[in-house]
Amino acid sequence: MNQDLTVVAILLGIIHQGIRLATPYLYAAIGEMFSQRSGVLNLGVEGIMLMGAFFGFYSVFQTGNVWLGVAAAAFVGLLMGLLMSVVSVTFKAQQGISGIGLYMFGLGASSLLFKTMLGSIQPVRGFQALRGCVGENFCMADIPVIGDIFFGYTALVYGAYLLVPIAWWVLNRSTWGLKIRAVGQNPEAADSLGVSVDAVRYASVMLGSMLAGIAGASLSIGLLNVFQEEMTNGIGFIAVALVYFGSWKPAGVLVGALLFSGVNALQLWAQVLRLNIPSDVAVMLPYLLTIIALALPFRRAMQPAALTKPFARGEG
Amino acid sequence: MRKIRWNRRFFDRLVDILVPILAVLAAFLVGAVILWLQDVSPIEAYRAMLVGAFGTKNGLSDTLVKAIPLMLVGLGIAIAFRGGVINIGAEGQIIVGALLTTFVGVELVGDFPPVLAILIGLLAGAFMGGLWGAVPGYLKAKLGVNEILSTIMMNQIAIQIGYYLLRRPMLDPAELAAGTNIPQSARLGRALDLPRFTDVAQWLGVTRSAADLELDGYLGQLYGVLVEPSRLHTGLIFAIIMAILVYVLLWRTTLGYRIRAVGLSRSASEYAGIKVGRTMVLSMTLSGMFAGLAGAIEILGLHHRMFEPVAVSAGFGFSGIVAALFGKLHPLGIIPSSILFGGLLVGGDKMQRAMQIPQVMITAVLGLVVLFVVSTEYLVQRRATRRVSIDTSATEKEAVEDAIAIPTQETG
Repeated sequence: MNQDLTVVAILLGIIHQGIRLATPYLYAAIGEMFSQRSGVLNLGVEGIMLMGAFFGFYSVFQTGNVWLGVAAAAFVGLLMGLLMSVVSVTFKAQQGISGIGLYMFGLGASSLLFKTMLGSIQPVRGFQALRGCVGENFCMADIPVIGDIFFGYTALVYGAYLLVPIAWWVLNRSTWGLKIRAVGQNPEAADSLGVSVDAVRYASVMLGSMLAGIAGASLSIGLLNVFQEEMTNGIGFIAVALVYFGSWKPAGVLVGALLFSGVNALQLWAQVLRLNIPSDVAVMLPYLLTIIALALPFRRAMQPAALTKPFARGEG
Repeated sequence: MRKIRWNRRFFDRLVDILVPILAVLAAFLVGAVILWLQDVSPIEAYRAMLVGAFGTKNGLSDTLVKAIPLMLVGLGIAIAFRGGVINIGAEGQIIVGALLTTFVGVELVGDFPPVLAILIGLLAGAFMGGLWGAVPGYLKAKLGVNEILSTIMMNQIAIQIGYYLLRRPMLDPAELAAGTNIPQSARLGRALDLPRFTDVAQWLGVTRSAADLELDGYLGQLYGVLVEPSRLHTGLIFAIIMAILVYVLLWRTTLGYRIRAVGLSRSASEYAGIKVGRTMVLSMTLSGMFAGLAGAIEILGLHHRMFEPVAVSAGFGFSGIVAALFGKLHPLGIIPSSILFGGLLVGGDKMQRAMQIPQVMITAVLGLVVLFVVSTEYLVQRRATRRVSIDTSATEKEAVEDAIAIPTQETG
């Protein structure tokens, strides 16, 4: 009987962690989805996340205001997106390489700023779980068994999940979404109908990068509440892969994000339970899973036709 | 008429070479602004860097030591690019190459005759790196998996495999006995030590130092680097020979022609009867082999044992991309470009010591170099196409083909 209870508690713990840990994947991958649907493969997400993580953290470190942290992360993400757009849209650079350049810049710059402006790892009081408290002595999160799973998260976590239906609506029901899809599928046709291909791509890449910045902040002031060099640990690159895995659809991206965070959560619990899996093997798992996910055959047809192809009028 | 045309070609070539140099200068200008914002004099910082990298005997030899892996990785990157695939996986390929070389050197060939042992060590590295490159190549050709993403994931997997092996089966028995358990292997057999330049000089009977010969200034330094004891090893000569071989491979063999044809246009190559998928796998395999060789050379020439995987690969997988791009993806351009960026890495280290500017600044500047170089590529290409439309003689077309450094990628 007692053992059954432990199993349930562990399971609930895994689910709670899984839902929490999906946050940075969701922000980054939904953002990247906008960029890719407009035809730009932004591989710099990892670098943008690092910059967002640093500036989000530093703002909270200085002012204590978590929302200012999110705003700072979003703003620096926007700037990084502008850089990516200038290079990839206006100068039509090969997107795979420009993204790697952006990653290296973000990695170097965030580490440099960390070393010169903070110097050592410091904690901050980041976002706190909302817990859904009603009045003085009752919180929804205290409801036995399911309370924590529904109410025990920070605003940033809820925001990430809210983003999924919003992204779906923008992409499939708004005029702007129609333009994004047109530009990613057939830029020549969109151009002939008077849609500015470059403007739509700039906007999509910058929106995506802004969300990537917030994704970084969701780590440094939401989940971990510290800033460390290279703290994103490949999440940005996995997020790019998640867009492929999710067939360029918000719902697909959500499934992928939950799958990956689930694996991460399991890994944490395996360590807690001292299961005999070498930590190096466990750490390797998400990356192996990414390659397998990319190799799954069913999603190829959904790829935006103009992905990675720069557009120049009359050269199509 | 002939003379005029030649002059224009010369001018175009000059522009092709000048543009990336301007791009690098622009990146340094941004770096100067960052330094200035941190209240550091950019002029002094860059001076410390330049002097540190090229102005002293030790600096120069360190620069050349760093140029060796950059050159080998850069060659591999260039082969992949020319073949229309992008290899971001050199970091992992260096690590697995170094791991197999270490295993072979510690366990198998430690007491072989030196020449044979070194040869086997190098082949082991190339084999393993090639294998690590072949996997993403195959996944791309057969299943359409984006090779940029798969190579990045393969890097992480290689790092974890490295830690796993070095903490368990490959752990140095001495570490195990001492109980310190620092993840590093035992030392390779002495037979596998690549001779250093100073060893070669001694064999040749050149023993007098620069001071003895009263050589001073830059000539003395250069002599010192080549003859006096330093870390500089003969891997440099090996890397330069490899660069020449890659040049021959790409421009003087059918195989190289196929690789470049697939890089320029997959559909046209298919139409011409070239097996596109197989050629892409081959480009990635060759690319991985060179990165694996870089890993092997680092072990044989410099470290003589394997330790922290990310400290052995040391970011060469990424800085090698920069060296390759700056060398215009041309094997002979990659030689000076690797020395330049080797100097940048060493200079960054010296700058950190002299002026307390974190070395990671170099990573940021390298990122900017990539962004600026790929941005200017479009301008160069547009000039090139304009050239074709003005004059479409066969030789000019060839020149254009050379000028278009980064082949356009057809699918993500």
